Formats: sequence, structure tokens, C-alpha cells
Amino acid sequence: MARELSLNDIVKMYRDPQLAKKLVKAIHAEASKLDHTLIMHVCGTHEWTITHYGIRSLLPDNIELRAGPGCPVCITPASDIDSIVKLALEENITITVYGDMSRAKGGEGISLEDARSLGADIRIVYSIQDAVKLANQERNRKFVFFGVGFDTTAPATAYMILKGIPENLTILSSYRYVPPAVGALLKAPDLAVDAIINPGHSSTVTGMKPYKKYFDVSKKPMVFSGFEPIDVLISILMILKQLISNCPKMENEYKRSVTWEGNVKAMNTIFKVFDLVEGYWRGFGIVEGSAFVFKDKFSDIDARIVYGLGEPKSSSEFVRNAKCGDVIKGKIDPVECPLYMKECTPDTPKGPPMVSVEGTCRIWAEHKVTAIFKCRI
Amino acid sequence: MTDVVKMVHGAGGQAMQQLIKNYILRHLAWGDVDVPLKMLDDSGVANGIILKSDSYTVKPLFFPGGDIGRLAVSGTVNDILMVGGKPLALALGLIIEEGFPFKDLDRILGSISNTAKEADVPVITGDTKVVERGALDKLVLNMSGIGVRHPKLDHNIEVIKNFRKDFSSKWLLDCNIKPGDKIILSGYIGDHTIALLSVREGVNFKVDVESDVAPLVEPMDRALSVGGVVAAKDPTRGGLANLLNEWAEKSNVGIKIYEERIPIRDSVRNACEYLGLDPLELGNEGKVVLAVIDELAEDVLKALRATELGKNAEIIGEATNEHNYVVMETVIGGLRVIPPPIGDPVPRIC
Repeated sequence: MARELSLNDIVKMYRDPQLAKKLVKAIHAEASKLDHTLIMHVCGTHEWTITHYGIRSLLPDNIELRAGPGCPVCITPASDIDSIVKLALEENITITVYGDMSRAKGGEGISLEDARSLGADIRIVYSIQDAVKLANQERNRKFVFFGVGFDTTAPATAYMILKGIPENLTILSSYRYVPPAVGALLKAPDLAVDAIINPGHSSTVTGMKPYKKYFDVSKKPMVFSGFEPIDVLISILMILKQLISNCPKMENEYKRSVTWEGNVKAMNTIFKVFDLVEGYWRGFGIVEGSAFVFKDKFSDIDARIVYGLGEPKSSSEFVRNAKCGDVIKGKIDPVECPLYMKECTPDTPKGPPMVSVEGTCRIWAEHKVTAIFKCRI
Repeated sequence: MTDVVKMVHGAGGQAMQQLIKNYILRHLAWGDVDVPLKMLDDSGVANGIILKSDSYTVKPLFFPGGDIGRLAVSGTVNDILMVGGKPLALALGLIIEEGFPFKDLDRILGSISNTAKEADVPVITGDTKVVERGALDKLVLNMSGIGVRHPKLDHNIEVIKNFRKDFSSKWLLDCNIKPGDKIILSGYIGDHTIALLSVREGVNFKVDVESDVAPLVEPMDRALSVGGVVAAKDPTRGGLANLLNEWAEKSNVGIKIYEERIPIRDSVRNACEYLGLDPLELGNEGKVVLAVIDELAEDVLKALRATELGKNAEIIGEATNEHNYVVMETVIGGLRVIPPPIGDPVPRIC
């Protein structure tokens, strides 16, 4: 009788050394038929897998794999951080926020963590549920939940809002919708992206469908990828094959999670609460139809309206000489920033990509990436 | 360095190296002996006598696979073994918090006795202090030990010299490694730290793994009897990552290891993924890493595997002159640098 597959067996399949060798060999064979090719991914978890397993060291010289704007903390507008810091310090409002987000500094050079050391009441939470619980426990205090992240975190917030949240809790929405950002990346002239590895978590929620219109315009390979090293290698091979056959496609490598329609229930929940409008991504710029803002009927829980915070805008938002913006956008690798691992380290971060565990600089720093080791096949 | 000592300064990583260099060595790096303090090796050697002192503050005191008593004997005995010594005798310092139960004290002393018998090293002197409640957490042990040259050490070095004429070290030191030497690990990594974590308050996961804490007398005997061992070190705080970086720095070589060959239990790997820990940075208390000349590596491996504590040994990599990093070939064949840990991710494991 066949033995049942354990979780360990499944994970091992996606890290299988023999399969990896075959894939790398195939990638090299295909790549020899191509010129310089830039593949961009837009997810901190993909960057972690790529760096942790040394995937770049396995690629031929002409295949470049670069991280784009895939870190929620990094792309959260500096002006939103400034606004919420002001609420905490001047209005004595309790801010509930994810741990990573609390350490990112705004345009004024102050983070929520800094605000706490100045006396503000900042509570670290893991989800909107925690914020609701805290607000319920202290009905006399005013709470704001700093809603940051992508399509992956927005549904939970929308769901809680529909269920009803306590009156003393409002939400500052800095949520962003990923598909239009990928569209913007594909047409950015200064990037010259040849193909995209699409984010697995986000696409599980949105589905592949919203990417269709951006694909139709760009006609560049687009592969929806999982997060194990074999997933990433297969995705790269899929992209190279598409490029060689000159037959770009939207292709799904992550079939065990991503579908064409996505999580319809989650997306419906989001759109019951939010509209999509033009939105600013820190370091990246303005992206049409990418910001989740509250529908009018939820204006009483919209911190932006309740406290008159105004819309996020671009501002001079990174410290001098730091290339955070170029790293976030995917124009350069962290090692090209003059501050990387000099003034700017995980202990002394100068910008959000070194603050967040999903930031490209932080991931590279923790793996001590100062040079890419190539290896012989 | 900031103006106060933090937990990270005692955690076996880079911060602790800074404390040692900027404070301890600044005052105490003098004295002309066989192996002086400034070499920062596992033990010091003066006039042929090996001397080692270590303090133990593990939480909890009793854990799956061992207790603070077994840990104290093993830790000190192992550090004497690691420079090529034969442990002769131990000195026990007991610092006890007011209110500590005699029942627990009895159990710990019994464990010290049993482990010392296992290693064949008696405790011959000691000291006892009781401090007021709150001055420390229950119990701190100090275990010091002396040793002499291991009877097989000269044979071991003769064997090295057959292949490497210029080998001049009299002891197994961190600075002895040359490109081409093989790196052998005696068994599964991470067991000790994960076993401790699994019984810590506030950590909510179950894992069926016991600490590896043990004196490494037999594996070292066997390895030295074969010969060809140029360096030995136990991957305690900071784990394999710290050990290999110390070797690379002190020997001025690069080290390449292969992820696929590193023995690690599925349960430990899973716990690490769940907790966000790197198994290479976890402390061990019953493992040894040997650097062995290429020609004898297979023979030493075989000898290790014939022992109970070394039965899962593997050759995990080799020293190289291609670079001066510690680099790991990952399971999928990619390369990445293994940096020295900033500090042990789990405090008070030893």
C-alpha cells in the first residue's frame, strides 16, 4: 500500500536537489539563445527565497533577477506615516500598527516607534482583530488602526468593518492593489523589464484576471509563481521559453494556490468597503487605480476624513544619499546604494527597505550579500 | 558599543566578540604561554597544562535530555578535549539563590556525578555561595577543569606531518586549517536549542527532540587515534555558523559547506521554519566539528561513525582558498554566504 505523503515529503519535493539541477541546466540551455534579460518579481517572500537559496548564483550572466516594489512597509507613503505620527503625538490617539511598520520613518524622519519614545501610545498588533479587541477593552480611548499592505491584508480589514467595529476605532487606509503596479512596472521606460514573476500570495486573492489588461498592453511574459525554490526555478524557465518562442503568455506555475478568478469572496468583501483610486507608492510614484479608499458610506471610520489628514503625496522622503527609492522601484540592487552596509545596516536602518523583513536591503543584509557567488554547472 | 552591557553581548555572536576584544583582551591579553588568552581558543594551555573555566545559566534547569549539571560537566570537558587535551579533574562553583529546593540540588549534583563518571573525570574541589532571593535566577554553576596532552595527540600530529611537512602546531587550534582540509560534523545539529525552547514558558509548540548534551570523550579518542585532525571545536553558542566563521577568520581560509550533507532532524528543521530560526545558528552541546586533512578524512569519518555520539557524522564541506567567506551550497545548488550570527537567537541555552 502506498504511504501517505506527509507535509515534509511535499516540501522536500519543492526543494529537490536533482530536480533543481535539471532545471538549472535547462535554464542555461535556454538562456544561451537570449540577450540580456531582466526578470522582475514584486514580492518580499520571493526575494527571500531567491536570496536564501542562492538562486541568483545559479543563473547565467545574461539573466538578471531583480526585486521590484513588493514590500508593503516600503511603499507606504511617507506622508501617511507623518500623518499618523502627528495623530499619536498631538491628538493623543492610540495607534495600532504592525511591528515592522512601526519602525519605518516618515518624511519628517520620525517613526511610530520614535513617537512612542516621545510618549505616544503605540500598540503593536498582528491583525485588525487585535485592534478591535484593544478598542473594545478601552472604550474611552480613541484608536486608529494603520491599515497597510496589499490585497492580502485588505480583505480581513474589510471583513471586520462589515461585521462592525467599535465606535472608538477608525482606520487609516494605505492599502494598495498590486495588479496596476505591475502594469506600471511593465511600461516604465527606465526599468526595461522583460518579464514579470507575479506574487503568489497576492495573486491567490486577486486571481490572474485583473492582470489581463496589463498583459494585453505589454505583451511581456508573466508567470504567477509559488515560493519554494523549485517554484521560482520553474517560473524562470517558463519565462525564458516564452521569450525564445516569442510567444508571451500569462502562465500559472502556482496552480496549487492561484486561479484565474482568485478568491472571489475576499475580493467581493474588499469592494463592498473600498473603491480604487489613483494612489502614491513610496519610492515608485503614482499608480492609477491602485489605492484602496473607503466608500463614502464608511466615512465615519475613515481616519483620513475623521481627523482631516488629507491624501498621501510624494515628498522628499528618504535620507540624503540613500537610494531607497531606486531599490524599491527595482532600478538598482541594494549593493549599488552608497549607504548599504555602511551607515545603513539592520541595526541602524536608514530607510524602509532595510527596516522591513520584506525589504530587499534587509533580506540581502541578513544574508550578508555583498557579492554574488556564481557557481559552475 | 553603547555604554551598557546588553544580553546580546553574551550571546556568542559578533557583539560578544566586540566585548571580548574591546574590553577583556584590552586588559588581559598578555602572558607568554603555550596557548594564551589572546588566541581565544576553546581552552588555554600553560606549561603543558590545559585550563578551562565556564559558567552555566540555562533556562529551564531541567530539560528533555539533560539538566544544568550534565551541561556543566560536558561543556567544560568538551572544551578541554577540543584543543587536543585529556581532561584530568574538575572544580565546581555553585551559586545558589535563597529558596532553591534541596530536592533539585540533589538531582543536579547526582547528574554532575554521573556525567563526570561517564567522562572519567572527578570533581576534586569547589566552592558554594548562597545569594539573596532575586540576585540571580535559581542557580548558576561554574565548572573549571584541567587537562594534559591527550595520549593520542602526538600520534595525530605525526600522521598530519606525513602529508603536511610544515605543520608546526602542537595543539588543535582554530588557526591550523589549510585549504583542502575536510570539515566533519559529528551528528544532528540544533537538537539542544530546540529541546530547550520546547519546554520554555510562552513558547507554544510541541516537538519530540532531546538535547544532545554529552561529553565527547569517545569520539575525540577515536578521531585522534586515526590521526590527521588539525582542529576541533564544539558548535555551542552561535552554532555551526559562528564556529565556521571563527575558523575561516583565524585560519585565513574560506570554507564551503553543502546544505544537503548537514545532518538535521526533520522535526528540528520544521521547528526552525515555524519559529523563524536558522538551524546553523543554534547551539549544540554534544557535537564536535573536526577539520581533517583530506587524505585521512574518510578514515576519521568511519571512526567517528563507529561511536554512539558520532554515528550520524558527515563530511559537510572543505576549506578553500577561492575566497575567505563561509559559503554554503544550498539544497538546490545555489551559493550563499553564511555570516557570523549577530548573537544567539535563543538566550540562556548554556
